[in-house]
Amino acid sequence: MVLSGWEGESMGDISRERRGENPVYPDRPGTSRRRFLDYLLGTTATATLGAIVYPIFKFMSPPQVIESTENSVVAAKLSEVPVNTGKIFKFGNKPGIIVRTSAGELKALSAVCTHLECIVQYRPDTKQIWCACHNGQYNLSGKNIGGPPPRPLEEFKVNTRGDDIVVSRS
Amino acid sequence: MISGAAKKEHIFLVASARRSINILLPLAIILVLFSLASAQKKSSCIECHSKLEDTRLSGPAKAFDNDIHHARGLSCNDCHGGDPNADTKEGAKDPRKGYLGKPKTLDIPAYCGKCHSDANLMKRFNPSLRVDQEREYYTSVHGKLLKSGETRVATCISCHSVHGIRAITDPLSSVYPSNVAETCSKCHASADYMRGFKIPSDQFDNYKKSVHAKALYEKQDLSAPTCNDCHGNHGATPPGIASVANVCGQCHARQAELFQVSPHKAAFDQRQFGECIKCHSNHFIAKPGDEMIGMGEKSVCITCHTTGDKGFIAAGAMRARIDELIGSVDKSTEILNRAERAGMEVSRPKFDMKDSTDALTHARVLIHSSSTAEVDKVVAPGLAASAKGYQAGLDALAERSFRRKGLAVSLVFILFLATLVYLKVRQIERHQNESANSA
Amino acid sequence: MKLDAVTSWLDERLSISTLAKLASKKEVPLHRHSIWYYFGGMTLFLFSVQVVTGILLLLYYRPSSENAFESVQFIVTEVKFGWLIRSIHSWSANLMIATLFIHMFSVFFLRAYYPPREITWISGVFLLFVVICFGFSGYLLPWNKLAFFATKVGTEIAGVVPIVGRPMLRFLRGGDDVTGATLTRFFGFHVAVLPATATVLIAIHVLLVQLHGMSVPPNLLGQPVKKMKFIPNFLLRDLIGWILAIGVLAALAALFPWELGEKADAFAPAPAGIKPEWYFLFMFQTLKYLPAKIWKFDGEVIGIMAFNFTAVLLFVVPFVDRSPENRRRRLIFNVIGVLALLYILGMTIVGYLT
Repeated sequence: MVLSGWEGESMGDISRERRGENPVYPDRPGTSRRRFLDYLLGTTATATLGAIVYPIFKFMSPPQVIESTENSVVAAKLSEVPVNTGKIFKFGNKPGIIVRTSAGELKALSAVCTHLECIVQYRPDTKQIWCACHNGQYNLSGKNIGGPPPRPLEEFKVNTRGDDIVVSRS
Repeated sequence: MISGAAKKEHIFLVASARRSINILLPLAIILVLFSLASAQKKSSCIECHSKLEDTRLSGPAKAFDNDIHHARGLSCNDCHGGDPNADTKEGAKDPRKGYLGKPKTLDIPAYCGKCHSDANLMKRFNPSLRVDQEREYYTSVHGKLLKSGETRVATCISCHSVHGIRAITDPLSSVYPSNVAETCSKCHASADYMRGFKIPSDQFDNYKKSVHAKALYEKQDLSAPTCNDCHGNHGATPPGIASVANVCGQCHARQAELFQVSPHKAAFDQRQFGECIKCHSNHFIAKPGDEMIGMGEKSVCITCHTTGDKGFIAAGAMRARIDELIGSVDKSTEILNRAERAGMEVSRPKFDMKDSTDALTHARVLIHSSSTAEVDKVVAPGLAASAKGYQAGLDALAERSFRRKGLAVSLVFILFLATLVYLKVRQIERHQNESANSA
Repeated sequence: MKLDAVTSWLDERLSISTLAKLASKKEVPLHRHSIWYYFGGMTLFLFSVQVVTGILLLLYYRPSSENAFESVQFIVTEVKFGWLIRSIHSWSANLMIATLFIHMFSVFFLRAYYPPREITWISGVFLLFVVICFGFSGYLLPWNKLAFFATKVGTEIAGVVPIVGRPMLRFLRGGDDVTGATLTRFFGFHVAVLPATATVLIAIHVLLVQLHGMSVPPNLLGQPVKKMKFIPNFLLRDLIGWILAIGVLAALAALFPWELGEKADAFAPAPAGIKPEWYFLFMFQTLKYLPAKIWKFDGEVIGIMAFNFTAVLLFVVPFVDRSPENRRRRLIFNVIGVLALLYILGMTIVGYLT
């Protein structure tokens, strides 16, 4: 088979070109222009390469917020949730509530009321979870014990890691 | 000793008796087993009545199949007395066997109460059922009127029907939550029927347009109130003028709480306004809007308040605060949406905006305190949250324009580089041509 | 010079000077249709952009149904320049498929599959399918509503094929339905199986092109043709194209960032008016137009089988039209090619308008 790729007319001698030498007139006026073009080419190419490599390196270095996962989240700090209070936090794209009971125990539940999706709150006076919209009540395990809510609140797992309260799906 | 002929007869008699027993005994056993096997006891009432042509007489017998009393093993005689085993009309309906017949309207509560007010008896069937319905009934408007001799009022069978009574948890029951209003309006919606009773007959029409009806019928939310939730069922009476807030407060606890300690409570009760009803109506409770508060023409405040008085000023101030928060939330939502449409990821700031929309809901509830200071307490953090959202939107848009500027700069570099490479190509080829020509 | 010492050291071990000599001999024919020669290299360039951005995305992406969407959201919001890498990856995929189609059609019409280039063509057709699988598998990875339903519909269509359809569907989906198992499986295809296959095929394809050299359109065969050296002339021109492609990708990423959408929900109904990505649209639209029953078979099945048959036909092209002398056959193939091109373009446009 004819390997037609390697034959035929060609357009110039590479090796001399690579050496940067003008083969016929070494001191032709084009030399300085060529050198200028080469210089410009070199610097622009380096700059562009840098503009490509820079974002890549920044991308690879870990960002401030390390993890993306919805399965567990640092809901709050222990210092932010005193005894007998509750705090709302973001879990994925739904709100959750952390409750620290008067016994000091931590509970984490979904904060979306199962009646009409208002956000529930912790009532330190009744020590229950309450929905202000239509007087729905839940106990601290999330069970719906009063008012319109038809289903309990989903309960999450709570762990502490130092001062962090970590909430994860059960 | 039996003689020869007598002995023969005796033997014959014994033999024939034995033959009879051989036939009759199994037959009797079969009959007894058969009657034992059939689940229901014999009820000649049902047997006869269901065959009658007059539907007024056969109807009850046929409807009784679906009755909860029937399911519990009771039959006609348990209410009407009589003998279900007798096969003749006279035998079954014998007053000596306790036959009571059809009760008169005035006697119906006692008729049902025979069992339903007897705790010991009801315990055997359903220990958790109340046994004070009859007593409660006589505290109701229906009961009081009945006692005074008025028979055109509702009695047990008006709401629960008779002979085909279903459990209240059965969706086909006339007193299932989504059926209650229709049952009440059988009488109450008929202007004809209600003639002489001095109350309107448009309650059902109004109720059907309300938010509660929408929740109950359209959204199938069975916790939504219907007639009995506010009026009671057996003790059905409109709540007292000064107790309306308590009734509404069963669900709308916060609003009721605030109202009770507000200056409006005393003022409304004194003027017999009916508390919540004055502004929200009783049956046609529409979705409340911000136009209801303030100094505008749709406001309910100006019904009593006039320019210059404290209430008028407070109404205006509260409305102004709410409007301010609405304006801020709208502005922030708009800019975040704009950032999102431009391709920026703003789901977290959008989530955080819930704080300000929540504050708006709270503010709208807090107006029931009639106190601008209380409303302020929630509006202020709401405005702060909304401002944060706005800032996040600004930041997102700034990041976007930074990216575009970055793009412009990089494109300049890229185009410049491409041009330089092109020039380089031209230069190389010029040299190649020259060297080729000179060679 | 230091550089010379290094090059001679390498040369003794790797024979680079031989390679350099061969490379320096590579030439590109110059004629009216030379412009099409750029598209193979452009496709390869865009593929390497995919590899680089893909590897970068791999540093943060999580292939499980609970985490996938959030991890992409994370990349786009928290990771520095994550938005740029992700959008470039999505845009470059589409551009690559476009240049691939242009490359394929230009090779077809310029008869670059004539002997001895049959294997090059076959490896190319395989690469077409590999790249389409890349697109299909990659599309699911963000695990958003659109992707979920596109995958559901796409695998459903695969399942329609008689006999092998059902096992194929179960193989693709990792079960009977599209679930997290599907995502894991598609991820495996997308980052391991397909790249390995593509590497082998590309190696074969590119090496064969070097071996056989650049082809010349049939009407120029046997005539003297002006040639251009590949290094540095054509390669620098290639480079200009690639630099401009980077610019286009950057502009697309910044001006038309790829959407994140909403997280997939297996129980939610399909969003109205879903359609697949543009490179599947013409097939999707065709299926929509087929009647429910053709003779006694399902219209859909006939349609799918027709497409499969066409795919098989693609392979045999260089064995049917194999001689530059047979002008009539060439004409027929040109007509078929033009009709196919018009059909694809037309159906794609119709798919967008409706």
